[in-house]
Amino acid sequence: MKLELGYFNVKDVVFGDTTRYENGVLTVSKKELSELVLEDQRIKDVDFDVARPGEEVRIIPVKDVIEPRVKVTGGTIFPGFLGKPTTVGEGRTHVLKGMAVVTCGRIVGFQEGIIDMSGPGAEYTPFSKLVNLVVVANPVEGLSQHEHEEALRIAGLKVAAYVAGCVKEKEPEEIKVYETKPLPQALKEYPDLPKVAYVYQLQSQGLLHDTYVYGVDAKKIIPTLIYPTELMDGAIVSGNCVSACDKNPTYVHQNNPVVEELYRRHGKDINFVGIIITNENVTLADKERSSDYTAKLAEYLGLDGVIITEEGFGNPDTDLIMNCRKIEEKGIKTVLITDEYAGRDGASQSLADADPKADAVVTAGNANEVIVLPPMKKVIGLVDTAAVIAGGSQKALREDGSIEIELQAITGATSEVGFTRLSAVTL
Amino acid sequence: MGKFRVVHYINQFFAGLGGEEKADLPPQDKEGPVGPGTAFNAAFAGEAEIVGTVICGDSYFNEHQEEAKADILERIKKYNPDLVVAGPAFNAGRYGMACGGVCKAVKETLNIPAVTGMFKENPGVEVYKKDVYIVETAGSAAGMREAVPKMAKLALKLAKGEALGTPSEEGYIPRGIRKNVFVEEYGAKRAVDMLVKKLKGEPYTTEYPMPDFDRVPPAPAVKDLSKATVALVTSGGIVPKGNPDKIEASSASRFGKYDLEGVDYLTPEKFQTAHGGYDPTYANQDPNRVLPVDVMRELEREGVIGKLHRYYYATVGNGTSVASAKKFAQEIAKELIADGVQAVILTST
Repeated sequence: MKLELGYFNVKDVVFGDTTRYENGVLTVSKKELSELVLEDQRIKDVDFDVARPGEEVRIIPVKDVIEPRVKVTGGTIFPGFLGKPTTVGEGRTHVLKGMAVVTCGRIVGFQEGIIDMSGPGAEYTPFSKLVNLVVVANPVEGLSQHEHEEALRIAGLKVAAYVAGCVKEKEPEEIKVYETKPLPQALKEYPDLPKVAYVYQLQSQGLLHDTYVYGVDAKKIIPTLIYPTELMDGAIVSGNCVSACDKNPTYVHQNNPVVEELYRRHGKDINFVGIIITNENVTLADKERSSDYTAKLAEYLGLDGVIITEEGFGNPDTDLIMNCRKIEEKGIKTVLITDEYAGRDGASQSLADADPKADAVVTAGNANEVIVLPPMKKVIGLVDTAAVIAGGSQKALREDGSIEIELQAITGATSEVGFTRLSAVTL
Repeated sequence: MGKFRVVHYINQFFAGLGGEEKADLPPQDKEGPVGPGTAFNAAFAGEAEIVGTVICGDSYFNEHQEEAKADILERIKKYNPDLVVAGPAFNAGRYGMACGGVCKAVKETLNIPAVTGMFKENPGVEVYKKDVYIVETAGSAAGMREAVPKMAKLALKLAKGEALGTPSEEGYIPRGIRKNVFVEEYGAKRAVDMLVKKLKGEPYTTEYPMPDFDRVPPAPAVKDLSKATVALVTSGGIVPKGNPDKIEASSASRFGKYDLEGVDYLTPEKFQTAHGGYDPTYANQDPNRVLPVDVMRELEREGVIGKLHRYYYATVGNGTSVASAKKFAQEIAKELIADGVQAVILTST
């Protein structure tokens, strides 16, 4: 499967009468976008704002971050949500690079995040480096949390696809090609290189901790195979209300750095043959089934090594360790990426599970570490939610407008797909 | 600035007062350096000076810990030091425990830095490494020449308030404190680099060495449940409406104890969840789903259990560190035992 990504490097986003892209500037029409979002009768009101790198702006509470992409040929972006769930990952896709759509608005319940565009918080979130088109949408009264979450999720996807639509017919500034071949061909091409796949754990603890694959709730999948390029076309979409620091926003599914890195080494040190997606359900029976199945697929593909990534913490630590142990028992080498909950003082045990076979682990840092975010000139969203989001506390919001909070509350701060340069050492 | 004033703690053997037969010697002190103190003074190279030495027999210290510690602290205080150095204890177990205990007490009560040195298998390491900087030494006093300059260097750095490097750079035994650092490469690249090395059989360093996981064997079954008092304890965050103790939605710093007297089942008017790690809809609709008071009352009426304990305990498990959870559990268990509870049902989410 071969996908061409055509990039348009967005330098700025401004508001105007129509939605268009010229010379690195994306102009968006608030009126068009409002009409689009308000098509959904579950949404009462919506407004839009732009936050640029370096500005004294705080976005809170952040639900999802999405990269605007449009399919030029070969299906629809976000299949299963914005179009039929037909296979994507082939043909041409155009990308508005350097920007994102960020969904915000009244909190759904808990576990939403903060993006600071400057100051110490900006160092931790990878999304402070993007020009962010923020969608601030609020639901109608009496809407259940589940519908509220779904309405916001779909609004974000629609806005991202809509703004990308204006570059569908344009000539991209840069083109990059990604290709993964069917297994027999891939094996024939590099017979001497170790066969490597990516075991991608998708958050599926349920109760608003969900991920979707072609529109299907990942709780209900059996571990399966997917081409890396399918991710790039939005085959995997994040649900909201997953702890902000180590949730994989939709942007991260579209731009998974493990996939990028495995492609970079493909044909040199490794033969990157594809991705096994699996879930992180809460019952032991589900965990046993999924980890058995994942190990079986790894064996079936004749793999030599895998990278396993986690999403979330605590309960999914057991999925990470089970996958590691069972895959290692098949004689396949593993490297894990996780983050840590070692307490505010860093003195506690970091994971809820452990196994001596997990001898190659990359950490994205201790999410309990506390940071003070200084007051910002402008807040997009609702700052009082700092008291209730995960990582916050009653004392989080201080009188001078600063926020004392755990890294946990910062969107993407301890990305478990290795999207940041944060790590941790033992002192 | 003048020289840092140092007090050195050593045992009877290194003070030249005798071996095992003198191990029950109570604390005493002398002005200036004694035994290995001279080598430390040389290593301080004029930046610090041992002004007093406190000596205690190893058996005495370990058999009279509280008294000995108080006495030793008084003697240390008398010299008005900026810094305390203890040992090195090498692989001497009781001496290691004494050095660790003295350093911890100095840090906590006198609020000045303290450094000791031990062999990595000294039992004092396991007990004190979290609280005290312990320089890694050889297993016997033959390693004195090597240990002293390392300990002196670290002690001076601490006295000056300089930032410390990693344990391997500074020569101390890792304290087990996890600290965030920004590194050169992003995580995904580090992971793929590590996998390529692992596949080639080349050496690599894991960023998170697996801990010795604390697996707790289940307690034996209660012999006669019909006479037992059973308590409910939950990490699912069920609290009286309004969350009176303000238990945090994540990373809880406390637990609550709540009365179930006269409560036949939990109603959404009076109870809710404080947990921020799961969708609260179903727990708030019917809090018995997380804290099964309704079923426990039925079992009580049917005589399956003796009775439900009057109080239940609740905290939030979401992102709460294992150390905090352990502390809560110890406090809760103490109260439950004192209240004559024989069994506990733990519910999580």
